[in-house]
Amino acid sequence: MQLPGRFPGGIHPPAHKERSTQQPIRQLPLPEALILPLRQHIGSLAVPCVAVGDHVLKGQCIATVNGRSGVPIHAPTSGRIDALFDHPVPHPSGLSEPCIRLVPDGRDCWTDCQGFEDYRSLTTFQLLERLHDAGIAGLGGAGFPTANKLRTGVESTIHTLILNGAECEPYISADDMLMRERAKAVADGADILAFITRPQRVLIAIEDDKPEAIAAMHAVCSERDIQVVTLPARYPSGGERQLIQLLTGREVPSGGRPADIGVICQNVATAAAVERAIRHGEPLISRIVTITGDRVANPGNVEVLLGTPFSHLLKHTGLSGQADRLICGGPLMGFTLPSTDIPVIKTSACLIAASEAELPTPPPARACIRCGYCADACPASLLPQQLFWFANAGEWDKAEAFNLFDCIECGACAYVCPSHIPLVQHYRHAKGEIRALRQEKTKADQARQRFEAHQERMQREQEEQEARRRARAEALAQRSTAAQIATDDKAAKAAAVRAAVERQQKRTATDEATVKRKQLANAEERLKELKSTLAEVDADSDPRRHTRLLDSIARQEARIASLRAAVESPSTDAERHD
Amino acid sequence: MTDRLRSSPFMHGPQRTDRVMQWLILATLPGLAAQTVFFGWGNLINVFWCATLAVVAEAAVLWLRKRPLAFYLGDWSAVVTGWLLGLSLPPLVPWWTSLVAVIAAIVLAKQLYGGLGFNPFNPAMVGYALVLVSFPVAMTTNWPTPDSFLQHPLSLPQTLHQIFGNRQSATGAGVDAITMATPLDVYKHQIGRHLSQTILENPVFGHFVAYGWEWVNGGFLLGGLFLLYRRIISWHIPAGLLGALILLGAAIGWDPDRSIPLSLHLLAGGTMLGAFFIATDPVTAASSHTGKLVYGAGIGILLYVIRAYGTYPDAVAFAVLLMNFAAPLIDYYTRPRAYGHKAPKRGMGPGN
Repeated sequence: MQLPGRFPGGIHPPAHKERSTQQPIRQLPLPEALILPLRQHIGSLAVPCVAVGDHVLKGQCIATVNGRSGVPIHAPTSGRIDALFDHPVPHPSGLSEPCIRLVPDGRDCWTDCQGFEDYRSLTTFQLLERLHDAGIAGLGGAGFPTANKLRTGVESTIHTLILNGAECEPYISADDMLMRERAKAVADGADILAFITRPQRVLIAIEDDKPEAIAAMHAVCSERDIQVVTLPARYPSGGERQLIQLLTGREVPSGGRPADIGVICQNVATAAAVERAIRHGEPLISRIVTITGDRVANPGNVEVLLGTPFSHLLKHTGLSGQADRLICGGPLMGFTLPSTDIPVIKTSACLIAASEAELPTPPPARACIRCGYCADACPASLLPQQLFWFANAGEWDKAEAFNLFDCIECGACAYVCPSHIPLVQHYRHAKGEIRALRQEKTKADQARQRFEAHQERMQREQEEQEARRRARAEALAQRSTAAQIATDDKAAKAAAVRAAVERQQKRTATDEATVKRKQLANAEERLKELKSTLAEVDADSDPRRHTRLLDSIARQEARIASLRAAVESPSTDAERHD
Repeated sequence: MTDRLRSSPFMHGPQRTDRVMQWLILATLPGLAAQTVFFGWGNLINVFWCATLAVVAEAAVLWLRKRPLAFYLGDWSAVVTGWLLGLSLPPLVPWWTSLVAVIAAIVLAKQLYGGLGFNPFNPAMVGYALVLVSFPVAMTTNWPTPDSFLQHPLSLPQTLHQIFGNRQSATGAGVDAITMATPLDVYKHQIGRHLSQTILENPVFGHFVAYGWEWVNGGFLLGGLFLLYRRIISWHIPAGLLGALILLGAAIGWDPDRSIPLSLHLLAGGTMLGAFFIATDPVTAASSHTGKLVYGAGIGILLYVIRAYGTYPDAVAFAVLLMNFAAPLIDYYTRPRAYGHKAPKRGMGPGN
C-alpha cells in the first residue's frame, strides 16, 4: 500500500532487535513479592480497597480510582497483602510513591472472571465500563486509560482505527513477539475496539523490519475487515502523531487529540489486553517485557506479572557481568533505573541492561554550532537548535513561540547532534519551568480573582450600605417634604389671610373715603352755616365773635381741604397701608 | 549500578563536531591541490601558517578565559578558521597580513563573542575583510602569476622567503615579475574601455574561463559536492547563492562587452570556496531550510552587486558578513510550519 503521508525528519538508528526475538515469549516463576505502585500512568493515585493482611485472589481488584483519571489495579496472583508502603517506582525521577506489596501464596488461584464471548450484545458504554474496571491502560506509551481514549472516539465520529504495531524504537520487540505468537488475540481485540468506535476502516501498522509479525497478522486479518499496513522502518514512525500522518496524510492539530481528525490509535498489546478483558473477563495483570542488552545472558521476551521487580527478571534471564546502563523502555525514550528492585508496571515495555561499550556515556557537550542536523531529524518540523538556544537562555516565551510544546521528546535531535548536547533534557527542563510558571500564574490569577471578588464584595457591601443609608435618608427627606408641603399650606393660608386683610383694608379704606366724603359734606355744610352766621354778625359790634367765626371758618376750610384730598386719592392711602 | 539518573536518549548517532570540522578540511583538498598546482606553494604555506596561528591564538584566549585547552581546541574549529583564511588570502601575502587576519578572526570575531557557536559573524571573513580594508596593497598585489607562465616558478624555499623574508630579494626579479592581477580584476577594470574579445586575449584567462582559477573553483565545487554527499552541509545555502548569482548574471550581465560574464563569476573568483565552505558556516547562517535559501541568495546577490558595481573585484567576505547581519532577522521570518499547525508562526514577536 502506498502510504498517503510521510513525516519529515526521523532517524535510522541500529535496531538491535534480533537479539530478543530468537526465543518465543517465556513465562517466569512467581517472584517472592510483587510491588504494585498505586499510580502506573498519568492521573491520580489509586485508592487501596484491601487492608494489610487480607488474602486476595488473582484478578481481584485491590485498588480503585475515583472518577476517570485512572484505572483500578488488580492482584496479579493470589496471595496476601503484605504492606502498603512507599517504594521507588519506574519513573524518570526515581522517586518513591505509595505501593502495595503482595506476597504470592503460590497457588495462583483466580477470582471469578466473567467473559463475554458475545460482546456484541453489550452496549458501547458497558464495554467501556468493563475495560475501565479491568484496569486497561495503553501498553505502548504513556499508559493513558484505554476506556478514556476510546470514549473520545465514541464522542466523535471515527473513520480510522489504527492498531500501532510499528514498534520503531530500537531494542524493543515485545509487540513484534506478541503479533507473531498471538496474532489472533490482537485481531480479536481490534474487532472489539472497532465495535466500540465504529470506524470505517481498521489498520494495523507494522514496520517492515518485522516480516514474521507482518505475515502472522496477514494470516489472521485476511478474513476480517482489518488491513495490515507495512511502514518503512524509520524512527519515530510509531509515535502516535507520526503514525497518523503516515497512514492518513493528516496531522493532529497542535494541542488536539487524534479523535479531532477522526482517528483513534491503540497499541497492539493494548488490543490483546482488551481481548482478554472482554472475552475472558481477565483484568490487566501481566504484560510482555523485552529483556535485552549485551549484559543479559539470555535475552528475549517474557510475560511478566505487573509488580514483578526487575531484579527477578534479570535473575531469570541472567546477567553477564556488570550492567553499566539499566534502562527502562527503549534507548531513545526510556529512562535509567537507579536500582533493580523497581517493579514492572503497565507501561514497562523493555528493560535494557547494557555495558558502557554498547550504550556509552556521552562525551561532554560541545557548543551548538547550529549545524541544523537536529532540524533535519525533527519529525515535528521544529527548530531544535533555536529551542535549545531559548531553553538555555531561559527565554521561555520565545521557546513557546517556537512551539516547544509540540516537541514529542523522541530524541531524534539529540541522537544526531554532533556536539552531544542533551537536547531533550533541555526541552524537558524548559517545559517543566514553563508549566511551573503557568501553574504559578494560574495560582496568581486565582489569587487575583479571589482578591478582586473580595474587593467586589467589599464594594458591593459598601454600596449596599450606602444604598441603605440613602434609602433611610430618602425616607427622611420624604417626611420632611411632607412637612414642607404643610409649611407651604400655611404660607398659602397666610397669603390668603394677607389678601383678605388687604381686601379688608381696601374695603376699610373705601369706607374711610366714604366716611371722609360724608365728613367733607358735613364740613361743607358746617362751613356754609358758619359763613351765613358770619354774614349775620357784624364785625364792628361783636369783633370777638367775628374773629372766632373767622377762625372756625379757616379751620373748617383747612379740614375740608384735607378731607377733599383724602377722598380724591384713596389708593395712595391703600398703598401707604402696605 | 554505575549510572544515576540520566535523560534519554541513550543512543547516539555517529556524527561529531570535530569530525564535521575534519571532513570540511578534507573536502578543501582538491581545491587546495589546484591552487598549489597552478599558483605555487603560497596557499599550502598559508593554510598551515594560518591554522597554526589560529590554534595558538585560540589557545591563548582560552587560557586567559580559564577554559580547558584540550577540550576546546579539540573541536577543530580554530583549525578550520585558519585553514579557510589560508585558502582565501592571496597566496603570496606577507606573513604579518595573515597574522593580523587570523588574530582578528579568532580573538575579535570568535572568542570575544564567547567562542564557537556564539559568534554572529563568520570569523574567517571578519579577518579577511579587516586586512582587505587595512592593507589593500598587500591584499591586491600578491596574487601570483601562474607557475606555467614563469620561466622559473618559485620553489618552496623561495615562496617561504617571499612570504616570511625580504620580499625583493626572493627571486631577484622583484615582486611584479611573479604577481599579476586576478582575472576578475582584469576584466572589471578593462571592460569599460575594451571589448570582451580584446580583454580575453590576456593570458590570465587561459583557454577556458580563467587560467588556473577554473580548476581551483572546480576543485572546491568537487569538495562541496562531497560535503553534500556526506550530509555535512545542506544544499540550501550553495543553491541559493549560486542560483542568485546565475540569475543575476543571466538577467543583468548577459552582455560580455558590458559586464563580467557569468562564467567568470562562477569560476574565476572565490565563488565556489565561498558557496560551499564559507557561506555554509552554520553558526552565522540562517537556521531553517527556507532561511538558508534566502540567506544564500542574499549572499549571491550581494556578491554580484559588489563585483559588478563596487570597487572590489571580489566580494565573498563582504557579502557573507552583510548577510550574517541579516541571519537572525531571516530566522524570524522563515520558521517552518510545525506539526499540527495550520500556518507557520512568523515575525519577531514571541507571542506571535
